[in-house]
Amino acid sequence: MNAPSPAPAPPPSPYSSALGKSNSESHTLSVLVDNEPGVLARVVGLFSGRGYNIESLTVAEVAHGEHVSRITIVTAGPPEAIEQISHQLERIVPVHKVTDLTVTGRAIERELAMVKVRGKGENRADALRLADAFRARVVDATVESFIFELTGSPKKIDEFVELMRPIGLVEFSRTGIAAITRGPEMM
Amino acid sequence: MSKEMSGAAMIVEALKDQGVDTVFGYPGGAVLPIYDAIFQQNFVKHVLVRQEGGAAHAAEGYARSTGKVGVLLVTSGPGATNTVTGLTDALMDSIPLVCITGQVPTHLIGSDAFQECDTVGITRHCTKHNYLVRSVEDLPRILHEAFYVASSGRPGPVVIDVPKDVQFALGKYSQPKNIQHKTYRPRLKPELDKIRQAVKMMAKAKRPVFYTGGGVINSGPVASTLLRELAELTGFPVTSTLMGLGAYPASGKNWLGMLGMHGTYEANNAMHGCDLMIAVGSRFDDRITGRLDAFSPGSKKIHIDIDPSSINKNVKVDLGIVGDCAHALEDMARLWRSEGMQADKLALAAWWKQIDHWREKKSLAYKPSKTTIKPQHAVQRLYELTKGRDTYITTEVGQHQMWAAQYYHFQEPNRWMTSGGLGTMGYGLPAAIGAQMAHPKALVVDIAGDASILMNIQEMSTAKQYRLPVKIFILNNQYMGMVRQWQELLHGGRYAESYTDSLPDFVKLAQAYGAHGIRCSDPADLDRAIQEMIDTPNAVIFDCVVEGQENCFPMIPSGKAHNDMILADLSDDAGIDIGAVIDEKGKALV
Ligand SMILES: Cc1ncc(C[n+]2csc(CCOP(=O)(O)OP(=O)(O)O)c2C)c(N)n1
Repeated sequence: MNAPSPAPAPPPSPYSSALGKSNSESHTLSVLVDNEPGVLARVVGLFSGRGYNIESLTVAEVAHGEHVSRITIVTAGPPEAIEQISHQLERIVPVHKVTDLTVTGRAIERELAMVKVRGKGENRADALRLADAFRARVVDATVESFIFELTGSPKKIDEFVELMRPIGLVEFSRTGIAAITRGPEMM
Repeated sequence: MSKEMSGAAMIVEALKDQGVDTVFGYPGGAVLPIYDAIFQQNFVKHVLVRQEGGAAHAAEGYARSTGKVGVLLVTSGPGATNTVTGLTDALMDSIPLVCITGQVPTHLIGSDAFQECDTVGITRHCTKHNYLVRSVEDLPRILHEAFYVASSGRPGPVVIDVPKDVQFALGKYSQPKNIQHKTYRPRLKPELDKIRQAVKMMAKAKRPVFYTGGGVINSGPVASTLLRELAELTGFPVTSTLMGLGAYPASGKNWLGMLGMHGTYEANNAMHGCDLMIAVGSRFDDRITGRLDAFSPGSKKIHIDIDPSSINKNVKVDLGIVGDCAHALEDMARLWRSEGMQADKLALAAWWKQIDHWREKKSLAYKPSKTTIKPQHAVQRLYELTKGRDTYITTEVGQHQMWAAQYYHFQEPNRWMTSGGLGTMGYGLPAAIGAQMAHPKALVVDIAGDASILMNIQEMSTAKQYRLPVKIFILNNQYMGMVRQWQELLHGGRYAESYTDSLPDFVKLAQAYGAHGIRCSDPADLDRAIQEMIDTPNAVIFDCVVEGQENCFPMIPSGKAHNDMILADLSDDAGIDIGAVIDEKGKALV
């Protein structure tokens, strides 16, 4: 039943392979949106509806007069999927601009965490020493607990949390990543 | 110049200003002020459907046959939820719709009020954009913006949810001005450099093919004219998706027929064997590509699309061009001429020879019969007897839809309306009603299946009320034929629930709706019966009793490549065991 394949076979296009075979990468996308009702739901719905994942998401209004919000999303996937995600985000009507900060490079990424630790005696001293080394601030203290406030890269926060675990980690809350490009230019 | 008026009056005023002459809808508590405003004027005609789903498809048929925005008006709660299928259908097929829904008064939102539902929440995933109007001051801007968003760029459905208190509230109406949306600015003009690159690739091509889609239709009739011109200039073969039929005429000498799962042998093999594919307003849908990793392995690919996210989505291309098809085709034709480009005539002649060789397979051939009507034959006769006329064809979904695409030869754009992306049974009759409203004198035929037609049969009442002479041509095989075909091929012929038992007597059904009923089961009587249908001045249900177990071929089985097609078996023995051809992975696909 097969068709006679036309001869002679040309050299294949460099792009003729199917998508989705390359490795997964983590990318940070910055999305400027009009802060109208439902826009966050559209952005999040896009990720769930198309099967993309969200590793971190932060959002806050950045220009009150113009009602513009900045959404920072960390997502992972093969480069083709990331490109597709950017285009899909751009399709959302109230989206101003999408920038892949991982592609533009040189972005600074920071996260804030508050970490509650409970302990007595030796453990209290250990906790304070480590907090000092991580430049974490004490924002609440009782005779048997501390809450530390810490900013830094997600990796630094992970490390801090792991160090606090044996000492008496109770719980922690982190904001997710905020990111910005270096230098004088806007994204 | 702004006048003070109620929100409801603004809606009607905005419809007028947007040039909307027809609205498809169904009333209810949450839209009564709007209905009251419609009642008091004569410009906008309201068409009362019999279920809101019908309004959505009718608006689609209206839109697709005119190139204008289709408008529907429904009440809150169930009125709104009934439109979800139609909205999704319009989103998948890029049809411009504006859907106005009533909502409970603002102060009741969130209280689980009677007929309250989260309309913007529910429709967020099936609209291009949607709005909840919180204040009458926002209403004029949102109304005009909705029409702009629905019709510009890649068209799609837009929902405006209007709480009842906003419909009553007084405010200042303003007319549409040149809308410059804050964030939404679709790119229409392609980068000229890329067009130049494309034209160079085309001049070098030895085995080129144009693969065109619904985007060419959406871009307006001028895009179709330009496509014809470019095909003529270059001498390249043209194939099209289901949605793109009519952009290039089926009688044109470069025409290969439709491609894809039920496309012709020559079209699919040309796609497989080409060295340059020029995709215009098509989106590499899975019905088109078949097995992705075996899709057109030796070709360079150019992709023109207005939606940047369509490019490199399913198939990575060598040259992506973002822009409106008409602009891109115009630039291509112009550069082709001005840069004195020439196709590789020798190579092209060899390519056409190869294509003619594929054509010899006659992949649309079927076994004729003198005793039963073959469904393919029925569509062929319908085409022959209607081809000189001003005709619009809609379909339902199933085998009949594919036979319509294969055997009805479209010469013009906007003449063919079918549910491609979503594959919605029940689309055809309301879509025919929409098309007939827009073209009262034309012959509008819904090529239907016996199962699909029952999904929106209530719209016969609409046809009756507005004296719409739509013709429903049912290829009655007493099966959900496409389901039965897959069960035959993949599930050992166990026809679970695909026999359409207890069908109504379609002739009597027609009479019950004040229409004319015709039944025909004799091939010798078919032409006469079709002529009777055409000559009947009012609506007709034509029960065309066809061969019950006919399969739709050619077919690329799921999970197979373009050059792995199955053709109809024309011999008299038992037929092919396609189940053996499709592997386990293919069976898991749809
Ligand atoms: C709303 C909806 N439900 C189910 C399906 C799945 N489906 C696709 S084709 C088909 C059978 C259609 O039968 P009929 O209308 O008789 O057309 P035929 O295939 O026999 O020509 C079904 C059930 C669908 N496409 N749409």
